[in-house]
Amino acid sequence: MDSFIVISVVKAVVVFGALLTALAYLQWVERKVIAHIQVRPGPYRVGPHGLLQPVADIVKLITKEDLSPPFVNKTLYLAAPFLAMTLALMSICVIPFGPAIRVGGVQTWMQLTDLNIGVLFVLAVSSIGVYGIALAGWSSNNKYALLGSLRSSAQMISYELPLSLAIASPLLLSNTLSLRLLVDSQAGGAWRWNALRGPFPQIFAFVIFLIAAFAECNRVPFDLPEAENELVAGFHTEYSSMKFASFFMSEYANMITVSCMATLLFLGGWDAPWPARYGSSLVPTVLLAGAGLMALYHGIHPWRRRDRYSLPAAGAVFLLAAAVFLLPAVQSWLMPLFWFGAKVGSILFAFMWVRGTLPRLRYDQLMGFAWKYLFPAAMLNLLLTGFLVAWGS
Amino acid sequence: MDVVIFLIFAIIAVACAINVVVQTHPISSAISLVGVMGSLAVIYLLLGAEFIAAAQVIVYAGAIMVLFVFVIMLLNAGAEATKGRAPMAHLLGPPLLAAFLGILAFVVRRLFPREYTAHFGGFTHGTAKDVGRALFTTYLLPFEAASVLILIAIIGAVVLARKEMD
Repeated sequence: MDSFIVISVVKAVVVFGALLTALAYLQWVERKVIAHIQVRPGPYRVGPHGLLQPVADIVKLITKEDLSPPFVNKTLYLAAPFLAMTLALMSICVIPFGPAIRVGGVQTWMQLTDLNIGVLFVLAVSSIGVYGIALAGWSSNNKYALLGSLRSSAQMISYELPLSLAIASPLLLSNTLSLRLLVDSQAGGAWRWNALRGPFPQIFAFVIFLIAAFAECNRVPFDLPEAENELVAGFHTEYSSMKFASFFMSEYANMITVSCMATLLFLGGWDAPWPARYGSSLVPTVLLAGAGLMALYHGIHPWRRRDRYSLPAAGAVFLLAAAVFLLPAVQSWLMPLFWFGAKVGSILFAFMWVRGTLPRLRYDQLMGFAWKYLFPAAMLNLLLTGFLVAWGS
Repeated sequence: MDVVIFLIFAIIAVACAINVVVQTHPISSAISLVGVMGSLAVIYLLLGAEFIAAAQVIVYAGAIMVLFVFVIMLLNAGAEATKGRAPMAHLLGPPLLAAFLGILAFVVRRLFPREYTAHFGGFTHGTAKDVGRALFTTYLLPFEAASVLILIAIIGAVVLARKEMD
């Protein structure tokens, strides 16, 4: 019992430390990706390639004046960012990142806790997540904030239906609600993942899930709640300093959660795309070694004087990391983490790519799309899946 | 440990339930009701009924109450204006409340004698599989009747909304 508590506390500290760091750096990655899509360098001044920009942003947000307007509903105004942040961070505690590992003679899962209704838990938390935004807009006593939060509530209620239906169909294939067993049922290579396997590949459900997830996270092209050309800043118009930052961070935390869910439901979680005996465990080594050799090559033919030292140093770091992935002792827990991170990272990249590419929808288009196309498509997909699963068994 | 968690959430549930009635503003009442739903879900979880707990949060706290809050925000309802209570309410309120609680306690005691007391984690048929099986075998008729009822409500809503549009 005591060791259980100690292990849980250690795991919680590690997971939340990693999550909060990832949140801060996800914003840096997003700014960089958008910048490169728009052919500009992005953050560049604070640290090499702007790598210390998140730290500077955090300091800036904490030291800003924390203003609360006199006309707000005090209690709910203060509770809303707290609620948004808590609910956004809560889902991570059922997400499994990898299989069981042994650390110093203690066997433990790379997951905070495994519920046998893990999928429903994430759905439940995300369905009450709308309160943060709704209450923020209402308690601000500001017409722009109210309109923004009304839009957001309507949008989240509408898109939750196709989202839930899209989640239901891979569950029919895997026959479980526990996220850990869900991954186990897809083990053995990319052709066993729910997105690709028979009797009915869930590739349509995957696309529907992603579209609905964009809307649930209030991301472009569905970011109507904060459309600044018509609503100033939407639901967080009256928020400043860390209160604003917590809405901002909850949006990124939600993005990470839905990316993890898409990975677990459709892409086989931490499972490698092809078995290790055909060399899938060499992929990170090859990638990192390639990056290291490229850095060394550019260090020999430098564009600027200081590249002669900085690029070989970076190359050495990459080569060292490539060597670490070859150690058998580390491989057992690093490989699942690598594949999980690679899949989640690809989906997060898609989020940013879409933001850099697509314009915002009009509000009636947004609602019409959910009810007229996405919902029937998700329903049809679920029916077909159910029929084929029943027929096959 | 279980008893402590039960007491905490039971107190939260009762406090929120009282708050629903006491608050004058509809939004505050609605949020208190969400608190009641959430605490009830935790109590279901303590008993071992995981699926019911999740359904409670998803359906009541996540869907129905969001719609309530949405409608209140849309109608922009203000705080309730109170004009004081009637003297009759002052006179009859406390004794009637006491009588009601007494009857409730008596009925509960008669319906559930001591040997049927619930145990924490004692409800072992709470998984999604068990609930699904029960729903589609033992309770098939009520389940289908409820779905037809909901279908009628949906058609009614569509008919009413259409009349409004013309």
